[in-house]
Amino acid sequence: MKILVPVKRVIDYNVRVRVKADGSGVDLANVKMAMNPFDEIAVEEALRLREAGIASEVVALSAGTAACQETLRTAMALGADRAILVETEAELQPLAVARLLHAIVAREAPQLVILGKQAIDDDANQTGQMLAALLGWPQATFASKLLVANGRATVTREIDGGVETLEMPLPAVVTTDLRLNEPRYATLPNIMKAKKKPLEVFKPADLAVDVAPRLQTLGVAEPPPRHAGIRVADVAELVAKLKNEAKVI
Amino acid sequence: MPILVIAEHDNAGLKAATLPAVTAAARIGAHSGAEIHVLVAGSACTGAAQAAAAIAGVAKVLVADAPHYAEQTAENEAALAVQLAQGDGAYTHILAAATTHGRNMLPRVAALCDVAQISDIVAVESPDIFVRPIYAGNALATVKSTDVLKVITVRTTAFDAAGQGGAAAVEAIAPGPDLGLSRLVGRELTVSARPELAAARVIVAGGRGLASSENYHRLLEPLADRLGAALGASRAAVDAGFVPNDCQVGQTGKIVAPQLYIAIGISGAIQHLAGMRDSQVIVAINRDAEAPIFQVADYGLVGDLFKLVPELTEALG
Ligand SMILES: Cc1cc2nc3c(=O)[nH]c(=O)nc-3n(C[C@H](O)[C@H](O)[C@H](O)COP(=O)(O)OP(=O)(O)OC[C@H]3O[C@@H](n4cnc5c(N)ncnc54)[C@H](O)[C@@H]3O)c2cc1C
Ligand SMILES: Nc1ncnc2c1ncn2[C@@H]1O[C@H](COP(=O)(O)O)[C@@H](O)[C@H]1O
Repeated sequence: MKILVPVKRVIDYNVRVRVKADGSGVDLANVKMAMNPFDEIAVEEALRLREAGIASEVVALSAGTAACQETLRTAMALGADRAILVETEAELQPLAVARLLHAIVAREAPQLVILGKQAIDDDANQTGQMLAALLGWPQATFASKLLVANGRATVTREIDGGVETLEMPLPAVVTTDLRLNEPRYATLPNIMKAKKKPLEVFKPADLAVDVAPRLQTLGVAEPPPRHAGIRVADVAELVAKLKNEAKVI
Repeated sequence: MPILVIAEHDNAGLKAATLPAVTAAARIGAHSGAEIHVLVAGSACTGAAQAAAAIAGVAKVLVADAPHYAEQTAENEAALAVQLAQGDGAYTHILAAATTHGRNMLPRVAALCDVAQISDIVAVESPDIFVRPIYAGNALATVKSTDVLKVITVRTTAFDAAGQGGAAAVEAIAPGPDLGLSRLVGRELTVSARPELAAARVIVAGGRGLASSENYHRLLEPLADRLGAALGASRAAVDAGFVPNDCQVGQTGKIVAPQLYIAIGISGAIQHLAGMRDSQVIVAINRDAEAPIFQVADYGLVGDLFKLVPELTEALG
């Protein structure tokens, strides 16, 4: 069984994001980029399924500029067998990514696609669900536990109010939540090995996918600032402030 | 053409998250003059349908009652919404709350209709222009949709709950097919006598600083009891097993905006702030005077939580 893992190159989660002065977007010049944290979890889960003998191959995929090769090399350093880059300079929105993935799934025929639940840049939380819909496959989003056996997946999902468990036949789409696993780190020998692993490049046109954005960004602004208030000396002062000034208790 | 809101419910009644989604729909309707319809897809869901009909501003409730909607799994519910979207009475907008239910199901509707989804809107500028947070709420993007159908999830803290007193027509519709794609095996819901995080007036939230599950409960529960508060947590506290996952507040957990948020032993990482920065009043208790949480706190108390939290509980007694 083959597993496809889409990985997105995003701003590193530790970076403090700044809006550009002209309001056209956020400033990405010279900031540290990394693999979307949820996608690291997706790669890890796929590797564990391969190590358990359930999967035979893990293919990482990224859509975006040539710089995404770096993210794919990271995925391969972690253990992915090979990688696919769908290279474009165009702005990619989730529907376009889902359609590109749909085209790749048609070529690669994986039994499982594991994505992150959300990219920490656009915070869209859409791509996996859209892909599942386009494929007509079942989906299990926000997974905190994944079992694969006898051509079926049993997935525990984090939902408002608790957890639920779904069962579904493969092929299926799964998206990861934070508590699915603890991703490993890439070792130096594996980073070296990853440089020689195969990386195939397509253009959206090769896949006959129109990636034109459907949403136009008119402007990006900083949220209204929240200012630091005061330091209170002790509990008595805190309680007095909450009662008399803020009037919230 | 009307606007459709997909209700979130447990068959017997409506989930509160549906109400701000109706308000967002009404904002769109205020520009376009469109009617609001609510879809209740469930099984033996008369209770939920009646509750939907009583929401002020709703013109019609569409009820699809069939066993395969009992658990509102994404595949079947989305397929039904797509049928409605493409049917005779076609809709201009389809909305759902940006809860785990809406986030799970609605992108399927968008993809099958070949349109974008606009996630987590916090404001309606016009029927095709919306504001949504990106980068953990560090930026607000104003986006314009070029699609004929707008598919939208609504951040529930950004819109007031729609009022009661409506008397919408309730219309049974033919259920869609059972796609039989996924099956619910079980659901474990946290039972708590406390208010729900999303609806609480006061939230007491704990982080790694509490050091153990035992400490978390021993220190925070009496405080929450005094305040009638819900309990929240940072990711670190959830990962360490102090409390269940649905207590996590933040970019990738719950977004909350209570009147009072008390952050105890929480450093204030951007991912945490993303979930609570719109609270009316923020209190932080932390022994590290440099902790970033103090940059957003209205009242900061520097010191050892093991001493300060019992004192605070006592003082509220
Ligand atoms: C993709 C991604 C998504 C994430 N999503 C979320 C999210 O949704 N929500 C979230 O919360 N986090 C999220 N995080 C994690 C986030 O980055 C932080 O790691 C997390 O919020 C830290 O939790 P904390 O503040 O409890 O722990 P820490 O950062 O370890 O802070 C503990 C604090 O307790 C204080 N403390 C310790 N002992 C005491 C004492 N005795 N008295 C007083 N104070 C004390 C310390 O001074 C410190 O400030 C996410 C991270 C990633 C990568
Ligand atoms: N450009 C991309 N390349 C590869 N994977 C992507 C891309 N965009 C989104 N994804 C995948 O879809 C998930 C959800 O992203 P989003 O829907 O944008 O929040 C991510 O965690 C990735 O697994």
